[in-house]
Amino acid sequence: MAQAPGLIEARDLTKRFGDKVAVDHLSFDVEPGRVTGFLGPNGAGKSTTMRLITGLDRPDGGSATIGGLAYNQLSKPLTRVGALLEARSLHPGRSARNHLLFLAQTQGVAASRADEVLDLVGLREVANKRAGGFSLGMTQRLGIAAAMLGDPPVLMLDEPVNGLDPEGIRWVRTFMRQLASEGRTIFVSSHLMSEMAVTADHLVVIGRGSLIANCSTEEFIERSSERSVLVRSPDAARLRELITADGGTVQAESGSDQNSNDLIVTGLPAPRIGKLAASASLVLHELTPRLPSLEEAFMEMTADSVEYGRSSAG
Amino acid sequence: MTPGLLAAEWTKIRSVRSTVWSLLAFVVVAIGFSALIALVIANTWNNPGNHPNHVRLLTDPTAVIFGAGLGLGQLAIAVLGVIVISSEYSTGAIRASLLAVPRRIPMLLAKMIVFALLDLVVSAITVFAVFFITTAILRSHVSITLSEPGVTRACIGGILYLTVLGLFALAVGGLIRHTAGAIATVIGLILVVPPLISLIPGTIANHIHGYLPTVAGQLVAQSSQQPADVLSPWQGFGVFLLWTVVLLAACGWLLARRDA
Repeated sequence: MAQAPGLIEARDLTKRFGDKVAVDHLSFDVEPGRVTGFLGPNGAGKSTTMRLITGLDRPDGGSATIGGLAYNQLSKPLTRVGALLEARSLHPGRSARNHLLFLAQTQGVAASRADEVLDLVGLREVANKRAGGFSLGMTQRLGIAAAMLGDPPVLMLDEPVNGLDPEGIRWVRTFMRQLASEGRTIFVSSHLMSEMAVTADHLVVIGRGSLIANCSTEEFIERSSERSVLVRSPDAARLRELITADGGTVQAESGSDQNSNDLIVTGLPAPRIGKLAASASLVLHELTPRLPSLEEAFMEMTADSVEYGRSSAG
Repeated sequence: MTPGLLAAEWTKIRSVRSTVWSLLAFVVVAIGFSALIALVIANTWNNPGNHPNHVRLLTDPTAVIFGAGLGLGQLAIAVLGVIVISSEYSTGAIRASLLAVPRRIPMLLAKMIVFALLDLVVSAITVFAVFFITTAILRSHVSITLSEPGVTRACIGGILYLTVLGLFALAVGGLIRHTAGAIATVIGLILVVPPLISLIPGTIANHIHGYLPTVAGQLVAQSSQQPADVLSPWQGFGVFLLWTVVLLAACGWLLARRDA
């Protein structure tokens, strides 16, 4: 069966640690040519899922394949999949160059490739320094260099912006978008919705090890939360009666009094509100459908699945 | 198993300081201590209390030559054998290694081969250096050459013992995966367990003692079998080899099954 080398398929993946089910019958595909965000609260099972896909952990059930093959069937895995899992996946006493050199040797990749990827991530000047002396940001960059070593069609990055400064975060975002535009598969985990909102085209959302959503980022925002409409009218009091009579709900905007001209309407779409106003010849100054932020959408969807107590939606 | 895997393991082992320091400690301690003991024996040759040393030098010269320096130096080899694998776990480097080489048994085999060869070469240099330095110091009192019965075999046996000891320690390191715990276990097996067992009276305890991994293994580095030895030199080495093979097999079996 010929398959795109960039397709990641998880089928019924299950992993238990003692009594605790970390990943629970998880199935999803990750397609090439776009950035797929892997989203979930801390402890949702994102890292475990990535460890199962790359064969570091053995699943208790189900399977994961990359281009149709299990990770341990790939003959030169780093030329097929680049993975940045935990940042501290290196010997602190080994230099950055030697770390990349031994990885290159396992793949039959030319040693000169180590210097190329060091250039790519901006670590050429510290190539011969021991990695133990690197900041977390530099360690992340070295991890990304290792992931890029085999020029793979698939990249799996677990919380890649962790510990990076704003400049580094921007660099990673641009980098991921560029790699996706080259047709590669980018599978990136994060617990930060705001981060995914600006980088991911598609989202796989999990909570407590189970799939919550698998859709485009826009679709996730749209369908996950009730949409509201902001209505601004000099005849707000009259309009409020009409809307309520038609089955809508009016919430006072926080910080505004009852007689405010601003209404937040849920349960009625914007065109219907416009029609109501027109039929009663009421003047509207504003009629704006409002989308919840990805953050709000995520909080709403994962509210039941937050592992370690409820975090505030802040 | 590809040349690339061997090259990668060689890069790993040569690119961390602990390798260099452990091997340097081994060479310096082994040669320095042996030379020191030889000097003390030579300088107190006419001291009446030295008589047992004279007898031992004549009946089992390599036991005197290797006993002190290699007995202490072997601890550095044991420590290195452990950290060659356990440091991958303690640092997290194992994740990078296994992402690159998801077939874990070939990776373990490559690691074993590279470390065993390094251990063999360094041990060969050290054992012969110890032999020639100490015999040179003792020359004016006693002549010991490689042509004497059992001496060449004891030198080669010492090299083989140190090589297998490294693999034995590597297996323990791979089984326990925590550097401190694995080092304590290996050193305990070398230094603590044998004297404890030998305290127990009776032939059963005597046989248990004789079959302990390093007790059996060290027999091959003696030029002649002693009355108290339960096994012949090569039998002893075979027992040690068996211990090591069993532990390596267990290490490989667990490595292939455990989460990294």
